[in-house]
Amino acid sequence: MKALQVDRTVARFAMARVASGLRPGAGGRFGPLRLVDVTPPDLPGPGWQRLSPRLAGICGSDLATVDARSSRWFEPIVSFPFVPGHEVVADAEDGRRVVIEPVLACEARGIQAFCSACAEGRRRHCRNLTGGHISPGLQTGYCRETGGGWSLALVAHQSQLHDVPEGLADEAAVLVEPAACAIHAALMPMGAAGAGAGQEPAAVVIGAGTLGLCTIAALSRFREDVTRVIAIAKYPHQRDLAARLGATSVAEPTELRRAVRRVTGSWIRDGGQLSGGAPLVIDCVGSAASLADALAVTAPGGSLVLAGMPAPAHVDLTPLWQREVSLSGAYTYGPEPAMGGRHSFDLAFELADAARFERLLSATYPLERPVEAIEHAAAAGRRGAIKIAFDMRGEKKIPPN
Amino acid sequence: MPRPGFVLEVDRSTPPVLVWHGEGFRLERLPAERSRVVYAPEPLAPLPDPDAAVRRALLEPLGDSPPLPELLYAGMRLTIAFDDLSLPLPPMRRPDNRQRVIEAVLELAAEAGVDDVVLIAALGLHRRMTDAELRHCLGDRIFDAFAPYGALLQHDAEDPSGLVMLGQTDKGEDVEVNRRVAESDLLVYVNINLVAMDGGHKSTSTGLMSYRSVRHHHNVRTLQHSRSLMDRPNSELHSSAWRIGRLLGQQVRVFQVETTLNNDTFPSQMAFLQKREWEWGVKDRATFVAASRGADALSPSAKRALFQAVLSPQQMTSVQAGEVEAVHAATIANLHRQQLVEVEGQSDVVIFGLPHVGPYNVGSIMNPILVMCLSLGYFFNFYIGKPLVRPGGVVIVSHPTPWAFHPVHHPSYIDFFEEVLSSTTDPLQIEKLYEERFATDEWYRHLYRTSYAYHGVHPFYMWYWGAHALEYASNTIIVGGNRRAVRRMGFKPATTLADALEMAEDQVGRDPTITYFRCPPIMLANVH
Repeated sequence: MKALQVDRTVARFAMARVASGLRPGAGGRFGPLRLVDVTPPDLPGPGWQRLSPRLAGICGSDLATVDARSSRWFEPIVSFPFVPGHEVVADAEDGRRVVIEPVLACEARGIQAFCSACAEGRRRHCRNLTGGHISPGLQTGYCRETGGGWSLALVAHQSQLHDVPEGLADEAAVLVEPAACAIHAALMPMGAAGAGAGQEPAAVVIGAGTLGLCTIAALSRFREDVTRVIAIAKYPHQRDLAARLGATSVAEPTELRRAVRRVTGSWIRDGGQLSGGAPLVIDCVGSAASLADALAVTAPGGSLVLAGMPAPAHVDLTPLWQREVSLSGAYTYGPEPAMGGRHSFDLAFELADAARFERLLSATYPLERPVEAIEHAAAAGRRGAIKIAFDMRGEKKIPPN
Repeated sequence: MPRPGFVLEVDRSTPPVLVWHGEGFRLERLPAERSRVVYAPEPLAPLPDPDAAVRRALLEPLGDSPPLPELLYAGMRLTIAFDDLSLPLPPMRRPDNRQRVIEAVLELAAEAGVDDVVLIAALGLHRRMTDAELRHCLGDRIFDAFAPYGALLQHDAEDPSGLVMLGQTDKGEDVEVNRRVAESDLLVYVNINLVAMDGGHKSTSTGLMSYRSVRHHHNVRTLQHSRSLMDRPNSELHSSAWRIGRLLGQQVRVFQVETTLNNDTFPSQMAFLQKREWEWGVKDRATFVAASRGADALSPSAKRALFQAVLSPQQMTSVQAGEVEAVHAATIANLHRQQLVEVEGQSDVVIFGLPHVGPYNVGSIMNPILVMCLSLGYFFNFYIGKPLVRPGGVVIVSHPTPWAFHPVHHPSYIDFFEEVLSSTTDPLQIEKLYEERFATDEWYRHLYRTSYAYHGVHPFYMWYWGAHALEYASNTIIVGGNRRAVRRMGFKPATTLADALEMAEDQVGRDPTITYFRCPPIMLANVH
């Protein structure tokens, strides 16, 4: 079957790193991703079934992989070669239309004695990402046995499957996985100081790509304690969508501090430092610059959530220390205590429908055009796009085992 | 005998005309047979002895006011308020009119044994003046006699303990005034009537009152119905200011001293700026070339510093004192004598070349909002009768319009530009959605009161100033401006004047008639 596969080829990773330094997305042409003909993955054990992807999104972490810019942190928790693609809407063998929750935790790995995190339903914190009857891999799309969404077939454990509600278009369903990540970030606590007496309970979302826009929509729908959402968006179409999805203020990156000042009633000190800031800041970019910006506008005692997958960064953490800012990551999803234990995916289906997420899917490509697809995704902002995906709906399905 | 202003019909022999472009100028050739240029009158002769004229005005007041000495007595509280640095433009050479008048008033006060005298810069919602600026306006003698003893104040429209509510007009307008003024036995107001909008009751009802009062006349409704701002009987802004000023006058005795200037605007080194182009001599041409090339070679900040250092040789042409309305009527007559130009009919397009300085960027940057205000607020409103351009016509403005703001003087302008204008340019929407938040923002309030910042609401007023023009003209095109900044304001950018004229044809049809209003020097078109 056709699949886009990432091989562990040092020369190709090196070429991708050099090329993507000149032009993001160039790894699609020179890097480790190749269109190959492979045997469909076998079922690793009981509870697994084969899926035929309909749409599979291209995520920021996928781009980092293809461009060879991912952190080396991931090395022990992936297994080569792998087929990327973890934002997937697919047809299951039993006829269901599903999206997958890609984290490969104890249950999917066939580990009977769940780790403490999985026992509590927090698969994202699983301690056994390298154990069980499949190879290392933090998620589907990074594990050699499971395959991934950028192909005509992958396998998934029943614990990973979520039924797509009837009436929700594939184009919206493919946004459910990133939406679930965004919801998890949006529901993070506001920090020790909270809004504080007399302070505007505002949240700042830095970045307005897929993750940022979904976060804005999630804050707007699920956080009654957040009355103002300030979106920082680089491109006009992002600003427009941010406002439509619930941002109460939208500003360009260069206007960040003033935008936060206006909403929070802070003052600007010499050097541009804010006297206050927002009690909740969510960085959906993950660069050194965005993290520094986020730190600059987080209120004393506030909470800074890193939702975008970060790269190695050099950042002055003095404000973090002096203002006792809580810095936390927001990775994937799970039961959300703030929503009475409802699962992020359950909330994401609701959000994708209510906020009409199908409008976030800007373009699709066949598997045969990975170079164009990757380049489009890497330049999505500049090219007026949000989410780019591979479309396998016209392909002949791989027969079941 | 100075020549009056006149309208030149452009033909094929007309030389290129000088068009101001911020800190620089361009020579532009206008289309023949359908363009005209409005030139200002030549400078009137100044008063031969201005100090004597001032003293005579104080002793022989207009209206029902007694001479000033009869209003002065020992033990009284005397307050002298004066216009701030927003005029004249460019700042005039010393001695400034304010210095001459205040020295004469103080002399009479001293003769009467008045020792409780306070001077107040009538800032309204403008930025505070620096010591150097105060010295320039008042002279060293006055500054040194008052400032060290806390008797030279600057009006603070946000000082809760420094304001007094005197009541409301019959139209429900709040009259909240500077406490020192309210508690004075006499207020002497000293003005420079640079343009016809200034003076009269507007001096006190803008310069010495709070935001709560000023908002009654500085709003979109009044500005849209001020046609023009420079023609008081047809200005809703002035009607409101007059009601407020009259109520103040019922509770505080006001002795108004108003002065006018001739329009000798630029120093002799820049004499070509005053002259009509076909009368330029070799020296004028050489100076023009040297000034243009020299300016082009400088960085924006260096150019700004150079141009902001220019002092005007304007001189006093009249002074009148006494009862506010009688004084102002005489002032306007004197101002018209210098500034009025008769113009027949309107054109499809009007062109304004904006200079480096307007009322709100003395010593500062002409930011995009001030470009809008100076062009659509001031230049457009320099008319009596009807605008120079027909309804639905096009306004073309020449100015670099940099995306640049003075961070100290104009902090709320930056937010206005970034937040407000990126969402709407409609004055009514802006007023409804944003004004109150900006006006009550604590940071802006702090900077207005303690630093050198314009009040938080000030950029709104700049935008409202152009509300009449925005409603009246179909389009505004800015030549040579920062394209993003121009678009942010809802205007169209053009690279050259020729491009702008071609773009204007989309609105007004082919071969439009064109008026170039060659200002400065400041003038007032009486359009028939």
